[in-house]
Amino acid sequence: MIRDITIGQYYPVDSLLHKLDPRVKLIGTILYIFSLFAFSNYYGYIVAAVFLFSIIKLSKVPLKFILRGLKAVVVLFVFTATFNLFLTPGTTIFEYGFIKITIEGIITAVLMTIRLTFLILGSSLMTFTTTPNNLTDGLESLLNPLKKIKVPVHEISMMMSIALRFIPILMEETDKIMKAQMARGADFETGGLVKRAKSLIPLLVPLFVSAFRRANDLAMAMEARCYRGGEGRTKMKPLKYTRRDILAFLVLMLYIAALVVINRL
Amino acid sequence: MSIIVDKLNYIYSPGTAYQKHALKDINLEILDGEFIGLIGHTGSGKSTFIQHLNGLIKATSGGIYYNGENIYDAGFNMKSLRSKVGLVFQYPEHQLFETTVFKDVCFGPRNQGLDELQVELRAYEALKMVGIDNDLLDASPFELSGGQKRRVAIAGVLAMKPEVLILDEPTAGLDPKGRDEILEQIAKLHTESKLTIILVSHSMEDVAKYVDRLIVMNRGEIAFNDTPREVFGHYKELERIGLAAPQVTYVMNELRKRGIPVSIKATTVEEAKQEILRVMKQ
Ligand SMILES: Nc1ncnc2c1ncn2[C@@H]1O[C@H](COP(=O)(O)OP(=O)(O)OP(=O)(O)O)[C@@H](O)[C@H]1O
Ligand SMILES: [Mg+2]
Repeated sequence: MIRDITIGQYYPVDSLLHKLDPRVKLIGTILYIFSLFAFSNYYGYIVAAVFLFSIIKLSKVPLKFILRGLKAVVVLFVFTATFNLFLTPGTTIFEYGFIKITIEGIITAVLMTIRLTFLILGSSLMTFTTTPNNLTDGLESLLNPLKKIKVPVHEISMMMSIALRFIPILMEETDKIMKAQMARGADFETGGLVKRAKSLIPLLVPLFVSAFRRANDLAMAMEARCYRGGEGRTKMKPLKYTRRDILAFLVLMLYIAALVVINRL
Repeated sequence: MSIIVDKLNYIYSPGTAYQKHALKDINLEILDGEFIGLIGHTGSGKSTFIQHLNGLIKATSGGIYYNGENIYDAGFNMKSLRSKVGLVFQYPEHQLFETTVFKDVCFGPRNQGLDELQVELRAYEALKMVGIDNDLLDASPFELSGGQKRRVAIAGVLAMKPEVLILDEPTAGLDPKGRDEILEQIAKLHTESKLTIILVSHSMEDVAKYVDRLIVMNRGEIAFNDTPREVFGHYKELERIGLAAPQVTYVMNELRKRGIPVSIKATTVEEAKQEILRVMKQ
């Protein structure tokens, strides 16, 4: 049940995309997200879609698996679509009481949903193809200049990598505790809101206890290995750009250029 | 009255890179009142298998019949199955959540819909059965020792008065004394309350002493299913799948090899002692 959430997971296959430097993927994802909101005509959608799906193809992550991640954010889609549908002014085609639907509203709702879908697919593709460790390494290296203005870059990326590392562990733990309480007759699925909220206590208390225990153990283990923050710390596998990464940057440039040209049409 | 497992298969995350065929064509019959040991190397599928028996995991294919009823039938009452087949998970102390020991044990029977008097009576009985003293009833479960927590968690399942009790490595992480005490109490439940018991373990020594039948799992399949005596006879094959017979089996085999005519059937230290004494007297 809880394992159906695929956002933020890593999908271990060997593909060109998996081998790319995490910094390329981070920059690429950010650029892609911005690009989604930069174009204003319909051709832009086609270019963005072609780009996205060719990259998904390259990543060797099954499309089915990626699409499953969308299920978790359906609520968000419905929410934005409804907002756009009812609150966009324009030519009215349907009216009932204070509810008014306009052509512009329908168009914006559809386009917004497409943009959001692309956004989520694009960013989940990054986590599918990059291990959490790699991701935070990339982030740390990209944010490094901020150290000059006293931003604790190393600490931030360490916290992020620990948080990412703990997501699957906590999910597994949730699954296990849920099953254990179900074996004692607990019921998480039926009943009204109050009853359901109450039924979560036997799940949440052990979950918090175990999260604190793990955090404690981790802190102890880190200290035992003389962890003292980022000062003077070196990496076993320092990040290095290769030919493939430069090629990827070029492809990215090409995509942006195509969008700029199309926007002029 | 029995549990029949028919060609059970289970696959984790089918269709993804994490796909794992955890159980392959398991056929098994568990009779009323049996004391069964389930043994296997780590990752052999023991925990996956026992979660099928009370319906927490649904098989990918195959069936399970509890007292003749197919548990995957549409009208089957899963909730009543869960109170008849009590399952104690690995590290059960991690599920304690209430403010006192007593309240925590009440959780199971209360979910069964019993009246408050019955609930408390059962909780009290269960705590007695696992040997928790009265002065601990109002303690917070979080301030108990590891072994005490484990007992409270076991009591939490016993209080539901199951017909079958399944324990997933109940002695993991306990010291030898705590381990023996828990195993003795489980054996007592079997003889006195006539519970059917399935004991999952890594250790041959642990199970050899108590169980009537030993099921050995290897990579999701049943490798052996026989009395401990017969299974330990195959100690060479056991070693090949990452297990070992109890040390006495090796001692007896070695003695025999050196010309002392002992029977190699002894499975516990006590039996071995008797056997050696018998041969020495001749
Ligand atoms: N939730 C899960 N998702 C995917 N695979 C799993 C999951 N749980 C277990 N597995 C895999 O299924 C196989 C059997 O696991 P299982 O937990 O049943 O083994 P086990 O015999 O209980 O081992 P142990 O003695 O270590 O407890 C293992 O290879 C394991 O990696
Ligand atoms: Mg297990």
